[in-house]
Amino acid sequence: MEQKYIPSKYMPPKYIPKSSLKAWLAKVKDDGRHIYAPVTENGKTNFKRVKSVDEISMEHIQTAQSAKGAVFPRTEKLFSYAGGQQGDVALQDYNPNDIPDTVVFGLHPCDAAAFKSLSGIFSWGAKDRPFDERMKRVTLVGVSCGRSDVFCFCTSVGGHPGSAEGSDILLTAVGNDGYLVEIITDRGQALVEKGADLFEAAAAGVSKEEHLASVPVRFSVEEVQRKMAGSFEDDIWKKQSARCIGCGACAFVCPACACFDIQENAKGNGAGDRIRCWDSCGFSLFTLHTSGHNPRSVQSQRWRQRLLHKLCYMPDRLSVRGCTGCGRCSRACPVDMNLAEHLKEFERLKV
Amino acid sequence: MADNIYLPYLATIEKITQEAPGVKTFRLKFKDEEVARSFEFKAGQFGEYSAFGEGECTFCIASSPTRKGYIECTFREAGKVTSALARLEEGQTMGFRGPYGNTFPMDEWKGKSLLFIAGGIALPPMRCVIWNALDTRSSYKDINILYGAKSVADLVYKHELKEWEERTDVNLLTTVDPGGETPEWKGQVGFVPAVLEKMNPASENTIAVVCGPPVMIKFTFPVLDKLGFKPENIYTTLENRMKCGVGKCGRCNVGSKYVCKDGPVFSRAQLEALPAEY
Repeated sequence: MEQKYIPSKYMPPKYIPKSSLKAWLAKVKDDGRHIYAPVTENGKTNFKRVKSVDEISMEHIQTAQSAKGAVFPRTEKLFSYAGGQQGDVALQDYNPNDIPDTVVFGLHPCDAAAFKSLSGIFSWGAKDRPFDERMKRVTLVGVSCGRSDVFCFCTSVGGHPGSAEGSDILLTAVGNDGYLVEIITDRGQALVEKGADLFEAAAAGVSKEEHLASVPVRFSVEEVQRKMAGSFEDDIWKKQSARCIGCGACAFVCPACACFDIQENAKGNGAGDRIRCWDSCGFSLFTLHTSGHNPRSVQSQRWRQRLLHKLCYMPDRLSVRGCTGCGRCSRACPVDMNLAEHLKEFERLKV
Repeated sequence: MADNIYLPYLATIEKITQEAPGVKTFRLKFKDEEVARSFEFKAGQFGEYSAFGEGECTFCIASSPTRKGYIECTFREAGKVTSALARLEEGQTMGFRGPYGNTFPMDEWKGKSLLFIAGGIALPPMRCVIWNALDTRSSYKDINILYGAKSVADLVYKHELKEWEERTDVNLLTTVDPGGETPEWKGQVGFVPAVLEKMNPASENTIAVVCGPPVMIKFTFPVLDKLGFKPENIYTTLENRMKCGVGKCGRCNVGSKYVCKDGPVFSRAQLEALPAEY
């Protein structure tokens, strides 16, 4: 399948030599922006805030963790309180000015697309200001995938190794010497302007197609969603999740999982922060009532919730999918559950 | 400040009523005068109540929107946060976020009779509706209330039960589970569904509102069927574990419906369309 360039007022695409990439990022960073980029440490690659652009590594197929922490941190202060012990409380709202302008560099199209999933969740109804303030300050510089592995299935859930969906700028390595630069949004254009002289006009007729990884389509997602929606009482959930240990790893590495807990980070003397932190629908405590009743009391019900939420409820209620086919859940699963294979099983169901 | 949906309003606990063992009602007044003046809600809505240092918990607003200037909540000391709330004293401060969720369609019910069926600690969400109806009494025809608890001591709002008993424009029937009666008890003895059958209320042009523990609801619905209540004329409120209250944290959904946004009020007809996940 051919991946068309996303129509942008910043067409045609530009080109940046590999040798200039770090110079550009250095300029972006000198502007006071925080740069999060893939860094390899002890054989694992993850998004980290880099002090020097020399730390960035681009050799990975997939980072272990997604980039979602840039807008949905693992733990995040919602406000502070003081005087709670005396029963006379003063509240201090968090200060959005403390949130730095941030560039996430080097995220793959599946991760960039997942920012749309996150936005769908946090923008439903009431505005989630902590999320919105971070989204306002983040610029996403995606990099198309030149390689993939057996866990990747972006093309089965509407994505593509060269998709610009969600990115402000999309780079595609064309040959060994440089990147094709698609500028998608005003925010992306503003970032390019930080080092405008480092960018060139792309050679006429240059195509990114031949430089992209080949990710086969594994199933028809429309068919999977249709059958899944009609399978609430089917045995398939029990069969698939029989070996699930409910560790929640899949949710923590997922770029589109946004379920959270709200907790107190008490600091003594009646003061502390109200924080939110990542949570997982795979945990039995997630839905446990104080009475002891639990609407999702067994693991198969929690597995069902995970898949239905991502592939039926979110498309139905938020018009976005909660899965972008990054494959991290399958790579991280300690009991080798494989999401793409499990989704494919729904295609074969007779519903 | 108010645009951070997670930042609660501060409220002073004006009055604490011990309703039953472990069950208290707090009357709350918002500290910010502008909030106190402009705060509005409708019957059926809920909020997130903060005990700073321990966290938040979810309950309905138990007072009626017709009573201005304060809100009330009634809760049982059960977990970490409710126990922390229960330790607070009159004059102290707690937090409130809300109101959240949908409402009982009280405007649609105008001109109809109302039948309230509540069990135990589930009277609070209904008390809001009952007072709302009683404060706008001419809008509704007959009002019947059936309230049951485990024992006489467990009945909440005892002073208000007495008031409803004495009023001529509302008919109250109270019951306690067998063994829960005292020598002085003059009400019924028996489980709510059985007493309801004996009560035999008319279903014509009547809305039934049912709140109680799952087992009570399970056995009450068939009685309502027998009495001729159609599923679209039976309402209840669902309570699921919540954190955010605004459709984001991912806990309270039943199928694709979110108790915090699509509920907490559901008609039985709506409940029947949901998967069995509550």
